[in-house]
Amino acid sequence: MPEIVKRKKALSVSPLKASSTVGAALAFLGFNRAMPMLHGAQGCTAFGKILFVRHFREPIPLQSTAIDQISAVMGSESMVVEGLKTLCEKHAPDLIGVPTTGLVETQGADIQMAVRVFRQTYPQFDAIPVVAVSTPDFTGSMESGYAEATRAIIDTLVPTAAEAGTQPGRRRRQVNVLAGSHLTPGDLEHLKDLIELFGLRPVVLPDLSDSLDGHLPESDYSPLSIGGALVSDLTTLGDALATLVIGDSMQAPADALQARTGVPDHRFAHLMGLDAVDALILTLSELAAAPVPAKIERQRAQLQDAMLDCHFMLGMSRFAIAADPDLLVGLTQMLAGVGAETVVAVSPINAPSLTNAVCDQVKIGDLEDLELGARARLAEVLITNSHGVHTGQRLGIPLLRAGFPQYDLLGGFQRTWIGYQGTRATLFDLANILLTQEKGEIHPYRSPLKQWPDNERHGNLQHAA
Amino acid sequence: MKQKDIAALLDEPACAHNRKEKSGCAKPKPGATAGGCTFDGAQIAMLPIGDVAHIVHGSIACAGNSWDNRGTRSSGPTLYKIGMTTDLTEQDIIMGRGEKRLFHSIKQAIDSYQPAAVFVYNTCVPALTGDDMVAVCKDAQARWGTPVVPIDAAGFYGAKNLGSRIAGEAMVRYVCGTREPDPLPEGIEREGFKIHDICLIGEYNIAGELWRVLPLFDELGLRVLCTLSGDGRFREVQTMHRAEVNMMVCSRALVNVARKLQDAYGTPWFEGSFYGVRDVSQALRDFARILDDPDLTARVETVIAREEARANAALAPWRQRLQGRKVLLYTGGVKSWSVISALQDLGMTVVASGTRKSTEDDKARIRELMGEDAVMIEEGNPRTLIDMVNTQGVDILIAGGRNMYTALKARIPFLDINQEREFGYSGYAGMEELAKQLCLTIESPVWEAVRRPAPWARAVIAQPAADAASVTVANEAESIAVEASHA
Repeated sequence: MPEIVKRKKALSVSPLKASSTVGAALAFLGFNRAMPMLHGAQGCTAFGKILFVRHFREPIPLQSTAIDQISAVMGSESMVVEGLKTLCEKHAPDLIGVPTTGLVETQGADIQMAVRVFRQTYPQFDAIPVVAVSTPDFTGSMESGYAEATRAIIDTLVPTAAEAGTQPGRRRRQVNVLAGSHLTPGDLEHLKDLIELFGLRPVVLPDLSDSLDGHLPESDYSPLSIGGALVSDLTTLGDALATLVIGDSMQAPADALQARTGVPDHRFAHLMGLDAVDALILTLSELAAAPVPAKIERQRAQLQDAMLDCHFMLGMSRFAIAADPDLLVGLTQMLAGVGAETVVAVSPINAPSLTNAVCDQVKIGDLEDLELGARARLAEVLITNSHGVHTGQRLGIPLLRAGFPQYDLLGGFQRTWIGYQGTRATLFDLANILLTQEKGEIHPYRSPLKQWPDNERHGNLQHAA
Repeated sequence: MKQKDIAALLDEPACAHNRKEKSGCAKPKPGATAGGCTFDGAQIAMLPIGDVAHIVHGSIACAGNSWDNRGTRSSGPTLYKIGMTTDLTEQDIIMGRGEKRLFHSIKQAIDSYQPAAVFVYNTCVPALTGDDMVAVCKDAQARWGTPVVPIDAAGFYGAKNLGSRIAGEAMVRYVCGTREPDPLPEGIEREGFKIHDICLIGEYNIAGELWRVLPLFDELGLRVLCTLSGDGRFREVQTMHRAEVNMMVCSRALVNVARKLQDAYGTPWFEGSFYGVRDVSQALRDFARILDDPDLTARVETVIAREEARANAALAPWRQRLQGRKVLLYTGGVKSWSVISALQDLGMTVVASGTRKSTEDDKARIRELMGEDAVMIEEGNPRTLIDMVNTQGVDILIAGGRNMYTALKARIPFLDINQEREFGYSGYAGMEELAKQLCLTIESPVWEAVRRPAPWARAVIAQPAADAASVTVANEAESIAVEASHA
């Protein structure tokens, strides 16, 4: 079990953390025709929007309650009410999410109260669900904000079994999936494929693979999210056969869903590496009461073969990783599975799951901590988001981009990391990166005694060997 | 920051937006805003100063979600690329430890990175809890001996433009005039070749654009004491008061700096642009006119004649390919006219120009360039723009980067003209780059491929679907987010 080293320095240098507010916004963007409206100053939204636009390379619906000097001091309730009214009038979304920012939480805004006032003032918009969630950026990070918003959506919009008369297992093929923030649209797509191969019907929440997977829709413009989980599906969750929970960060939403519906759940910390995927496939096979399809068996065998091929490069190689907890834990376990070492692990926040990371120490910190650690412990490859480019340049070692944001890599947002196939691709990439380092290659040695040809004798030689 | 200080900054006499109404910038509307906040504007205006440690005092979102996202470049130091924030925690806020954390953060930045100076940007949370960041900066400067400049620009103070002004104000108040310029290197000045000191205000060296025009200044004998702030150094900002003339480059965000330097030191200033052959020549002539040095004037005319001939030769093949192509320009502000002239230089037709942040002067210039019946888009929303592209047979939409994917979804060729872009278009040589990028996208085969339906599909797609969603957006007033000026 690794030692968890807490933040000691005053200044965060080259921050690793993305705010919990944008994490919450991302969860809302996993729903169809949704619009998140951050409760804060307009910059809170502008920054978040640009971050998402650059990562996903998509237009991103994101609004702001636009707190100004007056409302910052005198109270911001009316801004929420006006913002909600404006959104309802203009777009009639299927879901409005209202994550709070540090600004309004510091002010002491009561966001739930503001939503109640909106409901009382504008009953004509009662049919439009509004989910408010407290996600100040001074607490947690992207991962926790995303989980918190998912929990709020469940608490607000999933009826209890008693209210709605739902019954676990009534929909015999439906499997709910609570998908953590570390899963990319590509991950979710692959996960849905795996579930469907067993004849089951996945209902994924939030479903970024349907909204932010980067598809060209027929409609040329939409002010709202262009896909994602259907809000109307939330009422069916209680009838499902089971719930799969992916990511330790999703414990709270999972608890909430189970408490409301009684649907049994199966929890997985992540789905990277042979063991983790085996656990998922076994569970699916049991739920479906069906054998594992030959196609999946084949993928498993392919991963095994790749592990053999790659272990020559990956074995005893030294990685420095900085990521949100679920991704960090998954990567360290997967690397350990092929004999690679995580010599530096940095997480932006503390989380109970970090004790499962396979390494000596997890530092709660930033990319400067990653850089100092990587230099001290002679890391060979970095794994972190695009901000790690400069870190890698200064260290003179290569970077594999993982996590959020990835703004300088086309397709980074949709890379598949999970399953046998995703794991295999990651292993290949890491092995190839190590190959480019020309590790252990013998460099030419120029013997002064050798009888050199004239044209190679004087200092202007390129390669004598 | 006090309300009256903010009001004073909004009431900028040199800003043309400020003539008709009380204040130059409209209030944001909840549920329908676009664009950054005051902090954003302050940070982008000063971040290009390369050897300064830029510390964002606040909780994580302000720095965490924005650091390292701009294309401004440095010829030396990379300190400005390193994001720094006090990353306030819940406990800091409850226990009132923000000031203390800031003080230690400044020390840590100085100890670890030996910056020429530290700039501290205030944000919403500490502004609300009442951290006295100005006092902390003063104490830290006295204690550690490195200049520490407070830039009190919390997001809720207002819009991005205000933030740039606050930052400019901080430079004038705390930095300009604290050092005399270095002596000229030996042997440069000679009979008939006198060196004049100038400053470029509002030039951010996006993608290295500054380096396209800097060689011309060297040749002409114009020493750029400071660019505020592209590829700038702190010690350069200190000497801005000695400029003989200042040029406001393509942006009004820092107009208060030019105005205040004129009030305090009598430095004349003019507004110009480095986009397009005509505009570059105009800027050089303006320098010669104000400096009133006959030798310089002669040199300027020689350089212009040579460069224009060279640019025209280089652009000839591109002009042929771009001739008659139609452009919809949606930038706003100064760029609404400065880019028009560049595009017309290339033989293209600008069918309409956005004027969201443009002043009456800007609009007059647009009419001058495009004729009296020029189409101006006051408040563009994505729907209007897309429809205009379709009805007018527009070949390319030119706008800010965050609209790029909106355009691509509508299968419209697009060119990014704002700060995040990868290419520099300024100067005589920049025009060739612009022409190349325009051809690259307009002539690409992908457009035909994405507009053509799949062979097995009978229905013709690419007709805007008239589903419920797109009907409701018809009145969509959310303006396409414009990064109009450089701020």
